[in-house]
Amino acid sequence: MREFKGRPVCAGSCTAEALVSHGGLNTLASFQNALQFGDKEVKCGDQNNPDLYKKSMLNKAICLPQTIGSTTGGMVLYCAADLGKAPKCLLFSEHIDSLAAAGAVLAAVWTDSPIVTVDCLGPEFLDYVKDGMKITVSEDGTVCVE
Amino acid sequence: MTLTQEQQDILGGSKGETMAKVMQTLVLYGDAFGAEKMVPVTSTKGHLVTSFGLKVMKPVYNLMDQLIEGGAFSKQKFSVDPKPLDPNVPASFLEKIVFKKFMYSMQDSYDSQLAKLGLIDRDSYTCTCYMDEVGNIPKKGDYLSWAESSAVVYANSVLGARCNRNSGIIELFGSIAGFVPYFGLLTDEGRKATWVVEIKTTKKPEAQILGSAIGMKVMEDVPYVKGLDKWIGNELTDDAKAYLKDFGAATASNGAVGLYHIDGLTPEAKELGESLIAEGAKVYVIDDDELKRVQDNYPVMWKDISAAPKLCFVGCPHLSMAQLKEWTDNVTEALKKNGLSKVSVPTVFTAAPAVCEEFSKSPYGKKLKDTGIILSYICPLMYMNNPLCKKKAVITNSNKLRTYTTSRYYRSDEILDIITKEVK
Repeated sequence: MREFKGRPVCAGSCTAEALVSHGGLNTLASFQNALQFGDKEVKCGDQNNPDLYKKSMLNKAICLPQTIGSTTGGMVLYCAADLGKAPKCLLFSEHIDSLAAAGAVLAAVWTDSPIVTVDCLGPEFLDYVKDGMKITVSEDGTVCVE
Repeated sequence: MTLTQEQQDILGGSKGETMAKVMQTLVLYGDAFGAEKMVPVTSTKGHLVTSFGLKVMKPVYNLMDQLIEGGAFSKQKFSVDPKPLDPNVPASFLEKIVFKKFMYSMQDSYDSQLAKLGLIDRDSYTCTCYMDEVGNIPKKGDYLSWAESSAVVYANSVLGARCNRNSGIIELFGSIAGFVPYFGLLTDEGRKATWVVEIKTTKKPEAQILGSAIGMKVMEDVPYVKGLDKWIGNELTDDAKAYLKDFGAATASNGAVGLYHIDGLTPEAKELGESLIAEGAKVYVIDDDELKRVQDNYPVMWKDISAAPKLCFVGCPHLSMAQLKEWTDNVTEALKKNGLSKVSVPTVFTAAPAVCEEFSKSPYGKKLKDTGIILSYICPLMYMNNPLCKKKAVITNSNKLRTYTTSRYYRSDEILDIITKEVK
């Protein structure tokens, strides 16, 4: 078990299974199929992301460096949150990017189902965490990986 | 964040609950980046990314309704990304039903919401709003509240305006409030390059592959590109601007680049030169082998990789007038050389409605029509975004379209060759 201290962008506590993307998560490419065609498991549709492609993202703790791609990204995360198709939390090794930040903030202000979001967990976080590990996030941005 | 009295009052509800939530969103967004203040949006017009009335985007329509009911209209008129449907673009009977009845069934009502919120006019649907024919061209130094990754990177890099990579909805909130949080690419510090990219190719690099390589390497950082002016010159001609449009779109879709500097060409690089390079910047050298490696690694998502192409898209982002003319000349010449009168693969060229209109009025309009190529204002990415099109063998020279869909990438010269040769 290891603890990592990050910065809560949207503070909250939760427990979830880790799903790790070592490259940037392309939000539109990852979520578009699942949102449009009613995929209940919300499987990642980004063919350029070998870590996540075809894996279920629903209620997972997505561990990633940052998000990339289309500027619809924040809106896509907001829709995923409002439709109950979002990950349980987003855990960034680096400083959060502007699109993910927008999605997290929109979900927090405009929906009843915010996405717990922590950034600045450091590169060693992504080196350590593996798919399937148990993640516990605390309000203060502490992330426990076991 | 320090807010002015006016901003504090809005946050406190002086302009209603909806405006207070708009302001709260912008404040929290800025807080995530340590923004210390808001700055006024100084561009004349905004640009939104979300143009498509997808049935599944119900949360967005509900939010738009809240804005309209709360009187939270945009302070500036805005353009928006291209429409997902055009009856002129080839589609099967089944595809048409899926598009109209299932996927984009909210298009008309969403168009109506956009019009109420501040859309310039019904022809303002394009990802290249900065074309002369469209006229949404910010000035150097303007603060923008735009989204659409390819438009933001173009406005920052080629026009010298200042805009963060805002998300859809956030960009509208900035235009409604008239303020944006001051951080990132709005600041001098945030516009410094943390990568130096050295181009050492033996020929002009394909814009989309070069942009793709840089995007994957630098992610959201700012690159300072040396050696490209050798291939595209030191003046922002129509050709150079079109090249940078396609290059930038690829940096923004395979990475998250919001600004690049081209040594000796883009406005800030011309003005400030290498002083734009931050201390300790990393170096990425690009030669012919590196570009080949990048292209060879593009996955082919077709079930049958030897399938004959059924459709070809050129114009993601939308083509400029100069590009349309060049493609028309090239296709006409190649068809003549190959003894054909029409293209052998159904092909769609896409451009802004205003560009399409002017092009069609010129002699080039008929010349293109004679080749059998369809000119459209559609967003190819949205057209491709359904399970039926996934089964179709679609080819494109757009790295952006390749990234988000199952379309197969070919360089422009390869596309020209494929569509102008007889299918065996």
